[in-house]
Amino acid sequence: MIEAHLPILQVIIPLLAAPICVFLRHPVATWALTTVVSWICLAISIWLLQQVQAGGEIIYEIGGWAAPWGIEYRVDMLSAWVLVIVTSIGAVVMPYAKLSAEKEIDRDRLYIFYTMMLLCETGLLGITITGDAFNLFVFLEISSLASYVLISLSQDRRGLTAAYRYLIMGTVGATFYIIGVGLMYMMTGSLNIADLAKLIPDVAATRTIQAALAFLTVGLALKLALFPLHFWLPNAYAFAPSVVTVFLAATATKVAVYAFVRIIFTVFGGINILQSLQIQDLLAALAIVAMFAGSAVAIYQTNIKRMLAYSSLAQIGYIILGLSLNSVGGISAGLVHLFNHALMKGGLFMVMGCVVYKIGSAKLDDMAGLGKRMPVTMAAFVLGGLSLIGVPLTVGFVSKWALLQAVLDKGWWPVALLIVISSLLAVVYVWRVVEVAYFKVPSTAAMEKDEAPFSMVLPTFILISAAIYFGLDGTTALDIAGDAAATLVRGLK
Amino acid sequence: MNLGELRFMRRKVILRVVSKFIIPFILLFGLYVQWHGDFGPGGGFQAGVIFASAIILYALIFGVEQTRKAIPAWVTRSGLSVGVLLYAGVGVATLLLGENFLNYNALANDPVNGQHLGILLVELGVGITVCCAMVTIFIAFAGRGHR
Repeated sequence: MIEAHLPILQVIIPLLAAPICVFLRHPVATWALTTVVSWICLAISIWLLQQVQAGGEIIYEIGGWAAPWGIEYRVDMLSAWVLVIVTSIGAVVMPYAKLSAEKEIDRDRLYIFYTMMLLCETGLLGITITGDAFNLFVFLEISSLASYVLISLSQDRRGLTAAYRYLIMGTVGATFYIIGVGLMYMMTGSLNIADLAKLIPDVAATRTIQAALAFLTVGLALKLALFPLHFWLPNAYAFAPSVVTVFLAATATKVAVYAFVRIIFTVFGGINILQSLQIQDLLAALAIVAMFAGSAVAIYQTNIKRMLAYSSLAQIGYIILGLSLNSVGGISAGLVHLFNHALMKGGLFMVMGCVVYKIGSAKLDDMAGLGKRMPVTMAAFVLGGLSLIGVPLTVGFVSKWALLQAVLDKGWWPVALLIVISSLLAVVYVWRVVEVAYFKVPSTAAMEKDEAPFSMVLPTFILISAAIYFGLDGTTALDIAGDAAATLVRGLK
Repeated sequence: MNLGELRFMRRKVILRVVSKFIIPFILLFGLYVQWHGDFGPGGGFQAGVIFASAIILYALIFGVEQTRKAIPAWVTRSGLSVGVLLYAGVGVATLLLGENFLNYNALANDPVNGQHLGILLVELGVGITVCCAMVTIFIAFAGRGHR
């Protein structure tokens, strides 16, 4: 019986747990509930992925109303894949959250923190699982509103301005998205994504639909922080509490990319929109600029959380570049990088969370001598950094290799060269941290070993070793991403 | 409310008497919109806003502290959660009764009664949460400066 209702349980279990947290209010009790719920969510998403692999698409009608009139949840290879990414990050982050949040968030607000984490996860899972364009908007708002609150919980007052800026930009993005959905509804009379995909080709030539596409693209590009719509991201990530940064960096932009993929390749898949409207070159160009601008600015950052945030912008560039290739190889390279980037950036931000826990700062200058003081944590940073660069035997290599192959298949030689050069920029910013942590002699701080607590180091290492494991065994992730890309491209001709 | 404002409000006899007179009617109208929502225009969201507007009017005239005495923070805070739990709880109940999430047919013997009961409960959840959210937001803004 449970098996038939998995798609809805995936969303309502965290949704129900959130108000219960408000009743519990006790920091440890809310933390325990949140952790258990995040593990249940992970189990459900893995179960769903196996079901989809075995039996194909799963459709769940809410309230028993059939689509396109009712809302349906639809799990295919792509959404099951993204569900697993979000829930596995959630399941690793929650045990880590306890100590880090106690350190960085006021005690009487901890229950709000856990409530919002649950709501944020609900929203992200809902975006991924729903088959309805309007329902997607509702979940987009749930996750965004929760993340504004999460960022503003920071004790650093700059967190409040960063959250406010994110609120303004995020609201503009969501509004643009809903305007686009409204315009599509005007022309087709449908809000169901699968139904829209059937109806759009007939009306695709109208200016209304073209305007809709423009609004949807800009709105979602804001949410996923594609250059030049990224201004909200660096400060939001840098000044949010460390756990929040880990969770958002590893999931929020990824889910926005998922929504983007749904619109471009499912809703507008029937008319192969990237080619017919020539936005392919535009996306590829923006992605390449993002790769370079993000990495170049990252080199000059003195706050390492901010540096990693700029590096995220560059990584989003790689993902979008893959998607813009409009081929199975390109899309699967983009999708596999979603997963790989979630692992390594989640791991690296976790390292920074450990550092902030111990030394109370994320500034590069304060990290002198950390290689001796926190050897285990900094080893995780080195491994994650290598993955970010794309060194063989790490996940970064797997996705860059897939991306290079797809680019070469298209015959875009110069772009392939640019990917390699931009990777070299990553060497520079990772090395800066390694140099300070291992080779610079600290001025005052004690040199004895002072490692972060086990409950924080273990989740960090789970993510980092996953980044190594999936680097050695690249095929598991690549196969799933390839299947997902193949189902998406089936519509393209 | 500081002493000056208090004195100012004490002099506005008409405002105080009239609002005392109409607040019960606003509350009653809110309840009407809530329970009549499935027959006429209305529903949980509108009812929640109307109900909250009566409380906000009270706060405007008699002050935030007075209002917090009538409606303490724990009431609005739990109200926020109770509404969501009621809504989702109806969905879970239909799941347990063997139907899809929020398929109200499962709630009673015949589908019409089931749909009726389902929408009533769900809208009640919406009403409670919206009302408490409005009051919380108003008091959060109006109560700044005093603490």
